Amino acid sequence: MDLSAISATLLVASLMVAATPILLAALGELIVEKAGVLNLGVEGMMITGAICGFATAVETGNPVLGFAAAALGGAMLSLVFGVLTQIFLSNQVATGLALTLFGLGLSSLLGQGYVGIKPPSTARLDLGPLSDLPFVGRVVFGHDWVVYLSLFLVVATWYFLRRTRAGLKLRAVGESHHAAHALGLKVRAVRLCAIAFGGAMAGLGGAYLSLVRVPQWTEGMTAGAGWIALAIVVFSSWRPGGVLLGAYLFGGVTVLQLNLQAAGVALPVEYLSMSPYLITIAVLVVMSARGSKRSLGAPADLGKQFHATH
Amino acid sequence: MIGLEKRPTPSRAWSYATPFLAVALTVIAGGLMFAALGKDPVAAIRTIFYDPLFDPQFAAYSRPQLLVKAGPLILIATGLALGFRAGVWNIGAEGQYIIGALTGAAVGLALYPAETRAIFPLMVLAGALGGWVWAMIPAILKTRFNTNEILVSLLLVYVAENLLASMAVGRLRNPEGGGFPGSRNLSQWDAAKNPELVAGTGMHWGVVAAFIAVIFAYILLNRHLAGFHIKLAGQAPRAARFAGVNPARLVVFCLGMSGALAGLAGIFEVTGPAGQISIDFNVGYGFTAIIVAFLGRLHPVGIALAGLLMALTYIGGELASFMLGIPAAAIQAFQGMLLFFLLAVDVLTNYRIRLGHREVAR
Amino acid sequence: MSLLLDLHGLTKAYPGVVANDDVSFEIARGQVHALLGENGAGKSTLVKMIYGLVRPDAGRMILDGDAHAPDSPLAARDAGVAMVFQHFSLFDALDVAENIALGMSDPSPMRDLAQRIRTVSRDYGLPLDPGRIVGDLSAGERQRVEIVRCLLQSPRLLIMDEPTSVLTPQEVEILFATLRKLAAEGTAILYISHKLEEIRALCDAATILRLGRVVGRCDPRDASASELAEMMVGSALAAPARPAHEPGETVLEVTDLSLPPAHAFGTPLRGIGFTLSKGEVLGIGGVAGNGQDELLAALSGERLSPPGSVRMGGRDLSRLAPEARRKLGLLAAPEERLGHAAAPDMSLTENALLSGHIRKGLARRGFIDWSKARHFARDVIAAFDVRTPNESVAARALSGGNLQKFVIGREILQAPDILVVNQPTWGVDASAAAAIRQALLDLAQGGAAVIVISQDLDELMEISDRFAALNEGRLSAPVPAASLDVERIGLMLGGAHDLEVAHDTGDGAGIFERTKMKQAAR
Repeated sequence: MDLSAISATLLVASLMVAATPILLAALGELIVEKAGVLNLGVEGMMITGAICGFATAVETGNPVLGFAAAALGGAMLSLVFGVLTQIFLSNQVATGLALTLFGLGLSSLLGQGYVGIKPPSTARLDLGPLSDLPFVGRVVFGHDWVVYLSLFLVVATWYFLRRTRAGLKLRAVGESHHAAHALGLKVRAVRLCAIAFGGAMAGLGGAYLSLVRVPQWTEGMTAGAGWIALAIVVFSSWRPGGVLLGAYLFGGVTVLQLNLQAAGVALPVEYLSMSPYLITIAVLVVMSARGSKRSLGAPADLGKQFHATH
Repeated sequence: MIGLEKRPTPSRAWSYATPFLAVALTVIAGGLMFAALGKDPVAAIRTIFYDPLFDPQFAAYSRPQLLVKAGPLILIATGLALGFRAGVWNIGAEGQYIIGALTGAAVGLALYPAETRAIFPLMVLAGALGGWVWAMIPAILKTRFNTNEILVSLLLVYVAENLLASMAVGRLRNPEGGGFPGSRNLSQWDAAKNPELVAGTGMHWGVVAAFIAVIFAYILLNRHLAGFHIKLAGQAPRAARFAGVNPARLVVFCLGMSGALAGLAGIFEVTGPAGQISIDFNVGYGFTAIIVAFLGRLHPVGIALAGLLMALTYIGGELASFMLGIPAAAIQAFQGMLLFFLLAVDVLTNYRIRLGHREVAR
Repeated sequence: MSLLLDLHGLTKAYPGVVANDDVSFEIARGQVHALLGENGAGKSTLVKMIYGLVRPDAGRMILDGDAHAPDSPLAARDAGVAMVFQHFSLFDALDVAENIALGMSDPSPMRDLAQRIRTVSRDYGLPLDPGRIVGDLSAGERQRVEIVRCLLQSPRLLIMDEPTSVLTPQEVEILFATLRKLAAEGTAILYISHKLEEIRALCDAATILRLGRVVGRCDPRDASASELAEMMVGSALAAPARPAHEPGETVLEVTDLSLPPAHAFGTPLRGIGFTLSKGEVLGIGGVAGNGQDELLAALSGERLSPPGSVRMGGRDLSRLAPEARRKLGLLAAPEERLGHAAAPDMSLTENALLSGHIRKGLARRGFIDWSKARHFARDVIAAFDVRTPNESVAARALSGGNLQKFVIGREILQAPDILVVNQPTWGVDASAAAAIRQALLDLAQGGAAVIVISQDLDELMEISDRFAALNEGRLSAPVPAASLDVERIGLMLGGAHDLEVAHDTGDGAGIFERTKMKQAAR
């Protein structure tokens, strides 16, 4: 075993890469849940985004178009969920599960011809002299644009929720759809928009996996990332800053266990591979043991069905 | 504009009709999907739904497969439905299925190569216990710390898959297997095997267990207070507490039942159709069972029928993949679609569709 | 006074019921116009049409010379119509300023808004701190948020839907002062209520609705309370017979019952103590949200309390589950009919089984005897005149009053030794309410002890032997109901337990007078 082979610089840098897909998906789900909707289909939307993005990038040779297609694919799929839960008033838990099952099938269907291909690479952003700084240059300024976009979106999400009127309306809809309706807010429209945004973000996260992190297409490649994103929203107490922290913590655990695997630690590979899931469970337990729903910040009408009766 | 109006009383007629409507819509949409894949939709649908049962060439092989595949689906779905009725969302049945197979197989393999009749029942017990224990993790975390059981049970699937991989290449590996991953073949060991009980039917102990579970669940839900309390807790949690239902006990009961049944499905599979513990031993029954549970409207008899239908799509899908080159993934998407349509048309049970301008009662 | 709003021939029908039938009346600037009627008379539908939540099938509205046909609350607000809801339209987890901003069409930036909230709320005698989380406010303060939200828009017409049902008499006086000031400034107020004394004190015009039609108009200051009551109800009601009661042996002892809040915005119970004797009706009053639900849950067994805090005939019940308490004869009927006392989607038979299986022997060793359960449901339906086609319909298909009769009847037919009910006649029409009250009195007459938790003071005065008040989870010492006047009750509700000290609210005598009139009206 050779732990000295693990470089701190590389560890932190790859942590950010490992965390980005989950960060994107979790930010999207945060908005969805703030609007009072529980979409358990994140896994399905991520993997659909992964293949949509991958296929488009391969066909056009342009990774940016790939990411755009991934966002579109994720949003389209999420709208299936949106229509079912908001218009046909179906159970959100069941519909979210259906979305995941369907997304997994759909993605492997779409991905038939793309196994074993390398996608066009997403270039690192050239930040000039900044990237040449020791340690910081590699860790902070040595990434591709999606990493920076995800960080920007953390701030944007915070600003939207806390400082804009639209964000206030979204939170109001999630807190009490009946009160919001009585005040003339368009509950259904707000929720459909939030769901579509969540789908787009999950799609982006999936595409980051297939285009940058791995980078290739394999069936079921999200391997529970969507579920971890859902757990991170709980961990964050429904706050964008918390989502960032949770995603990076998770990224750290993933990268660390991969490095330990590579370094040949005397633990079977399988036990290292299951550690991110176990740690996610442990974190969930700690968060839920800490307090009631409200002190955690969960929207009051999360997961409840809304049917206007007047 | 089209509006929805809540029915004063849920429609019984629609609650029976919706699964059939959903199947019909799925067949249409699936046909479109197959056409988009460049296949003849009529031939595809025929290959999936008709040929496995009636084609002279394939039926002899396919028909028994129906029970082989439906057995675990029904067993797992029956347990899940109890929880879903109560609002307890165990979606980690896949993990409980794996652990049941592992613990059951481990108990058996520890006794290898003894030949006593007690081994198989012992393995079955160990399998049920394994699934139960695995489901108790989310149950206890839910009741003690109010941790979301959906996420915990699901994340534990990935843990179970890794355990399975580790066991298949480690502790449970066949010492005479020439270093290949995978355990001894249990179906070739008389004391541990789960044989076909009636030749040519596919009936094995797992199928028997599934039908016992269906009958048990039917009686529980329709004739027993415990079943009444399960339904009550799912429909009106506050009313359930008023009636005296202890929510924690309910969570433990529902997760425990579904875990034990999933574990049973696992051990029956590993001793019978699968034969051995291998890395890719699980094929997603635990997830498909969720579709089965909903398609059967969470009703035991409905689940038995839905399990058979879903097994048919599996077998027909294999056949379609073999005969027409339709990718296996298309079948998975097809199954997902079925659940979507079911959820969509379910609205008809509780709501009336009304044309005209949007306005509902006071 | 010049005309502000002219309603002409408004009609709105729903499947099976005509909510409003050719309703016409006028509201003038600066007028406080009462809309009077029983539950179900069509008041809510009418104001929802004015506020843009419901569109009329026929008829027209003219606001200040222009056609008024809002298709959303937003449009109504832009036209100068504001509304304070009966059931609050507030968001618990958001702060006061955010709540107010949500109800405004074009709110100013948050910082300016906070300042305006402070100013306006102070000017109208309803002080509010814009930074507080609404879920932590009392019912009265929450209503202030709604009112201030309306005031900030300088409305031409302010609609108040049953605003006093959550207020103590003292808070009612503050509200009335605010409304009078507004009216003096020229704002028209449409005041919806079924409380006659309030209308006589506040309003200068009244329109009376019954079964969706206008059945009378008058100046409430000239009409007597009994005239108003007759127009509203259509016939005279029989008040329940209340024979004198001799205190019997003590059956229930509650001592130092304290419980933490069940959820973030819940109320804790703080050292509640009282005794209850055979054949007695104990009335527990209080403004909504002061621990009523929590007290019922602690008594019914839905929540367990510290050992020794609830004793029945010397036996400690505090750690027993609801079913064990039922077995011993302690039954309860919660306030929320749909979802708490009854499961909305289940049939009446299933709902009869829900709380009745132990005392009525509807299950043997866990196995349900469905035919016995059906019979029990039918018995309840017959004995309490529940209007329903049969016992297989879902609970949600029944009207509020009928379901309430079913819920109360289900408990009473189990012959309880102690019955605890919360808001037994809330949202129930007058005749059903009278029947329910009579049934509770008959039960007590038969030797059972009854606790009635209610926000309707008139109801409590009518049926209670003793009266106690809940305030922020504390219960005042019960006093004989006959010795009380409304002013003292008001002080008890407000938490002033020492009755000797308080004697300063100038209008207290006014409330008292009006109550006497109301009693005369009955």
